[in-house]
Amino acid sequence: MSSNVVFKNKWLPIALITPQLLITFIFFIWPAGQAIFQSFQLEDPFGFSREFVGLENFIYLFNDSNYIDALFTTLQFSISVAFLAMVSALLLSAFAEHIVRGSTFYRTFLIWPYAVAPVVAGSLWLFLFDPTIGIIAELLGKLGVDWDPILNGSHAMWMVIIASTWKQISYNFLFFLAALQSVPKSLHEAAAIDGSGPIKRFISISFPLISPTSFFLLVVNFVYAFFDTFAIIHAMTQGGPGNSTSTLVYKVYNDGFIGLNLGSSAAQSVILMIMVALLTVVQFKYIENKVAY
Amino acid sequence: MVQRSPLFTLFCHVILILGIIAVAFPIWIAIVATTHENSAFVTGSPLWFGDLGFDVFRDLLSNESTFNNSTLPISHMLLNSLIMALTITVGKLSISILSAYAVVFFRFPGRMFAFWIIFFTLMLPVEVRIMPTFEVITNLNMLNSFSGLTIPLIASATATFLFRQFFLTIPRELFEAARIDGAGPVRFFIDILLPLSRTNIAALFVITFIYGWNQYLWPLLITTDLQYYTIVMGIKQMLGVVDGVVEWNKIMATTLIAMLPPVIVVISMQKVFVKGLVDPEK
Repeated sequence: MSSNVVFKNKWLPIALITPQLLITFIFFIWPAGQAIFQSFQLEDPFGFSREFVGLENFIYLFNDSNYIDALFTTLQFSISVAFLAMVSALLLSAFAEHIVRGSTFYRTFLIWPYAVAPVVAGSLWLFLFDPTIGIIAELLGKLGVDWDPILNGSHAMWMVIIASTWKQISYNFLFFLAALQSVPKSLHEAAAIDGSGPIKRFISISFPLISPTSFFLLVVNFVYAFFDTFAIIHAMTQGGPGNSTSTLVYKVYNDGFIGLNLGSSAAQSVILMIMVALLTVVQFKYIENKVAY
Repeated sequence: MVQRSPLFTLFCHVILILGIIAVAFPIWIAIVATTHENSAFVTGSPLWFGDLGFDVFRDLLSNESTFNNSTLPISHMLLNSLIMALTITVGKLSISILSAYAVVFFRFPGRMFAFWIIFFTLMLPVEVRIMPTFEVITNLNMLNSFSGLTIPLIASATATFLFRQFFLTIPRELFEAARIDGAGPVRFFIDILLPLSRTNIAALFVITFIYGWNQYLWPLLITTDLQYYTIVMGIKQMLGVVDGVVEWNKIMATTLIAMLPPVIVVISMQKVFVKGLVDPEK
């Protein structure tokens, strides 16, 4: 960083950075602080009284089978989405990397789901999976599956997993494609001279070289499955049937806004913040490593 | 160049086309569904166009159309979405580029502290601080207003960080030459920095526009007044009919309308979007 070449003004930089800092403080830092404060309080739903209860909200959460269930639901959901979205994107990008002519065409037609709002993705797939009129439901019926996401928890889970995966493939595809294209061509040429075919070259050369990108994408996919799928779940299943598709984020919303259990909702927020903080550090490390000053 | 067998290349094309078909399948069904009467779905959803044509779209976009429990015309929701997305985009880019400029080209007390405070916000998506942020908005009287819809989403660690990374790569000679020519900080920013940042601004514009357009949880929390409904929220409203028929042909049409603007932005600005997404640090 060029440290001695700078403007000398004193107040201008502070004026420049103030709007950003104000918004950050009012809408991010202050509410986050509130959440931490509230997580140690027990408050009645109408805000008339509150008392300090220490870690009680947290202890209660971890003894609450609903919360543990939501934790496992989230893990199951996130692992499935990350796995499916990454594997299918990797396959597509591996084949796309081999194409010389028409690669822009394929890229164009594969990236657009990135722009689709999660709730839109939810409503599209809800239509396909509707037990009475949906085309996929009909197909499954012919295969002998008694498709009923309204009553059957695991059917509902599959429905939100597929909608969320569909939405995420394009993002992973772009990153995998960029990573594969940066693999040195000379390595592939050398291996080809040694007589290894495209599949062997992919497994032994490209795959190890794109592992940092894969790790980065794994983290991004987890963050996506944790937070950005709220709209998909809200539109498709409302966390049901039962609590079978209620993830941690959905539960924060549900307990806070619908159930008005403020202390518990705040404690859940704090736990989520810790998770996000950890994941962000990993992402940041990745971005920073790629930057050469 | 590695030898390519034509058979393998053909195989690649086949797989990719199958991939595209799989990804586009929901859209195809949605388009087809808009051309059928709602009653046609009773026997299962059709695979080919019906005889309604674009009537559903015309009904939806004309202002008289009201259906289910929504009394707000689609065109109004589209306008709300557009206002929201553009305000967030312009706001986000302006305040991020200004604060990145301050952090990189000036020295002032608390500079790095300020930068880290901003960076910290990356860690706090709306989803994890729902209740307290809602309280802040209530106390500021920002419920049901465009300022409430947009201002809290304007702060962005990502945009600030990307601008900072880009500014750090600008050669110091350029900066020195500008100063010798007598350019002050404002001059330097407008005449040199902004033109140089064109591609970065464009890339962030695409990403932020989509982010703003697709916002769901935030408007859901802070708008109760139909006047402020965005198109993305409108869809959920239509899906949640308590009694009566779900009007799938209208929902699918609305869904298609809602996804059209961001998809057009991504496809038409593909190059700059990919650049902004995949190698933001360059």
